[in-house]
Amino acid sequence: MTSDTPRPPPRRRLFGAWGRRELNGLLWQVLVVGIAVAVVAFLWSNTVTNLSARRITTGFAFLGREAGMPIADSLLAYSPRDTYFWAFVVGVANTLRVAVIGIVLATILGTVIGISRLSANWLLSRLAAVYVETLRDVPLLLQLLFWYVLMQALPAARAAWRPVEGVFLSNRGLILPAIPVGSPQLWVLGTAALGCAAFYVVRRWLVAQQMRDGKPRPAWPFAVALVIALPALVSVLLGVSWTIEWPELRGFNFVGGLTLAPEYFALLIALVTYTSAFIAEIVRSGIQSVPRGQWDAANALGLRRSFMLRQIILPQALRVIVPPMTSQYLNLTKNSSLAVAIGYQDVVSVANTTLNQTGQAIEAIALIMAVFLTISLGISLFMNWYNARIALVER
Amino acid sequence: MTAITDIPDAPRAARRPQMGNPIVRWLRTNLFSSIPNGILTVVLLAVLAKGIFSFVQWGIANAVWLTPANDSSACRAVRGLGACWAIIPEKYRFILFGTYPFDEQWRPALSVLLFIALFYLSTRRALWRRELVYLWIGALALISALMWGGVLGLSFVSQDRWGGLPVTLILATFGLAFGFPLGILVALGRRSKLPAIRSLSVLYVELIRGVPLVSLLFMASVMFPLFMPSGFNIDKLLRAQIAIILFAGAYLAEVIRGGLQAVPRGQYEAADALGLSYWRKNRLIILPQAIRHVIPPLVNTFIAFFKDTSLVLIIGIFDLLTTAKTAIIDPAWQQFSVEVYLFVAAIYFAFCFAMSRYSRSLEAHTAAR
Repeated sequence: MTSDTPRPPPRRRLFGAWGRRELNGLLWQVLVVGIAVAVVAFLWSNTVTNLSARRITTGFAFLGREAGMPIADSLLAYSPRDTYFWAFVVGVANTLRVAVIGIVLATILGTVIGISRLSANWLLSRLAAVYVETLRDVPLLLQLLFWYVLMQALPAARAAWRPVEGVFLSNRGLILPAIPVGSPQLWVLGTAALGCAAFYVVRRWLVAQQMRDGKPRPAWPFAVALVIALPALVSVLLGVSWTIEWPELRGFNFVGGLTLAPEYFALLIALVTYTSAFIAEIVRSGIQSVPRGQWDAANALGLRRSFMLRQIILPQALRVIVPPMTSQYLNLTKNSSLAVAIGYQDVVSVANTTLNQTGQAIEAIALIMAVFLTISLGISLFMNWYNARIALVER
Repeated sequence: MTAITDIPDAPRAARRPQMGNPIVRWLRTNLFSSIPNGILTVVLLAVLAKGIFSFVQWGIANAVWLTPANDSSACRAVRGLGACWAIIPEKYRFILFGTYPFDEQWRPALSVLLFIALFYLSTRRALWRRELVYLWIGALALISALMWGGVLGLSFVSQDRWGGLPVTLILATFGLAFGFPLGILVALGRRSKLPAIRSLSVLYVELIRGVPLVSLLFMASVMFPLFMPSGFNIDKLLRAQIAIILFAGAYLAEVIRGGLQAVPRGQYEAADALGLSYWRKNRLIILPQAIRHVIPPLVNTFIAFFKDTSLVLIIGIFDLLTTAKTAIIDPAWQQFSVEVYLFVAAIYFAFCFAMSRYSRSLEAHTAAR
């Protein structure tokens, strides 16, 4: 485009280099931040006035006082004489206990159901679909109450069901045979963990070697040596006993074994079944997202089925699966706070009792938020790390 | 033309000859394609048959369907063997409408029907126009008038007597009606170039999404009075409603942000080139495209959210789940909670299943385009 008329000189800006757009932006920001600050200040001043009127001192000093609340079911040693701080720690441990085991079980169950939905067997895939649809469309809290009612309707300890020898199911919960773990057993388990880590390093080295000269090297002898033989050796040398403790009915209750309280068991079942329905859908869509050509190509190369799944299909499916899986794990952890409805004492439940006893509402809610934000951040960081590891490496 | 028809039908000839009864053929391909598959089918059939048999025995054959008013002796006679469905006719008015005055319960019933009609009309593609917004405003106003009364000769019913299904629907619908615009604003804020607005939006979304809804509801029920000037207090239901709106806003904002990211850059540039202001650009060009992109995940968020309203049970608000739980406190009927929970689960399921079916048809529709 050409034109003979000279261009008009640029308009002078009102505020030096600042145009209208920038000025507008600044005004908006000042306005929004101003409103936010005003609202927070208003709430804060009200809160301070109200607290002083009720003679509640703010601050976390109450954490050192005696809690006096009973916690029936806990991993850590606890008595009502302990401090509020320790009660919170016990609550966090209870939350983690249900969340970690729930995540592991929900992942396994969800994967099995997701794969079942793709099965060539019509009956199996239909059943899996019905499972997913039913559990997804009913509120978790309702399911939780339902399981808890079923738990309470179980027979008393004397008439407990025994599906397998040594396993009892009664209104006292699920009682399983257990191996008592003390410090000698922990040494052996620690060695096994070290062995796993060592095997991981060795395997990376083997793969690197294969990358260099193309010769496959079997990894399983190292696995047997490091993960099984080494801990077994330590166990024999230290003379650690691995006797199974069988639960027994004495009087009105069980002695020995591992007891899963009805509250814990109901919460675990509800969380696992509910979340597994969502995980199943994620796994299914992840596997379906792998193009058919990849299966065909792998078949054409004559790869064994297990190798094909492990090396061709799964790595591609995982890229689709992992990000939504992260949010399911976060959901499961947050949903574990529904425990308060059936009296399992997780961190929210402990905070709620604390709040009722001391009136320290702000501190209690702040603690809940801190705990959940930390857990969420932890899961997110781990899953982001894992996601980055499996992500597509582009040229 | 002839060349094509002349090509021998190689793939079909390679297939196994298709003979015999079509049912047998279907069974062979879908249930008994291999020996392990056949074994699996037989095992599944056995388990399924046993499950269905015991459910029929409990839920139909041995069940008690009706008893004289407030008399559960017939039910207690079959306890453990058969279901006591008689508890549903006995308690359904309380489960559905809570403590709403008995003679006025046609009002919440009508409200529920209005809600369902509103949802149905909103799913019609042909009605996705500006008038739909006015329809929503009108319907919600009408529902408020019905529930509260005090106008048109209806007696006034204070909201602490509301309960049951209408409360669940009110919490979910008002939560969405207010959470959705909030979500749009926050999503725009999060994509804004202005640092203060962006960080405020990020802070809001991450704080709300980082904590469980239960703790937000606790905050609404316990801390709200602390936040307000003394003497000023608002109703518990409204407080829970505010918590739910804030919660929905954060989750919807994330979904809408996904849609905003899917709008091509060229659309923004074209809108700028037309000299549209920020708000007109978003209202006329960006948001219609962004929201269209994310309708299926939006519906999924609505489902999640509808189910999550049941959490108000924990702070003692009488929604559908709380009325169900309260109905079985009655000592005469205490042992028949499973039946009541199944009844309520069926109601929740009906709503959520309808929504998820709708979401799937939308997805199919988008994929077909």
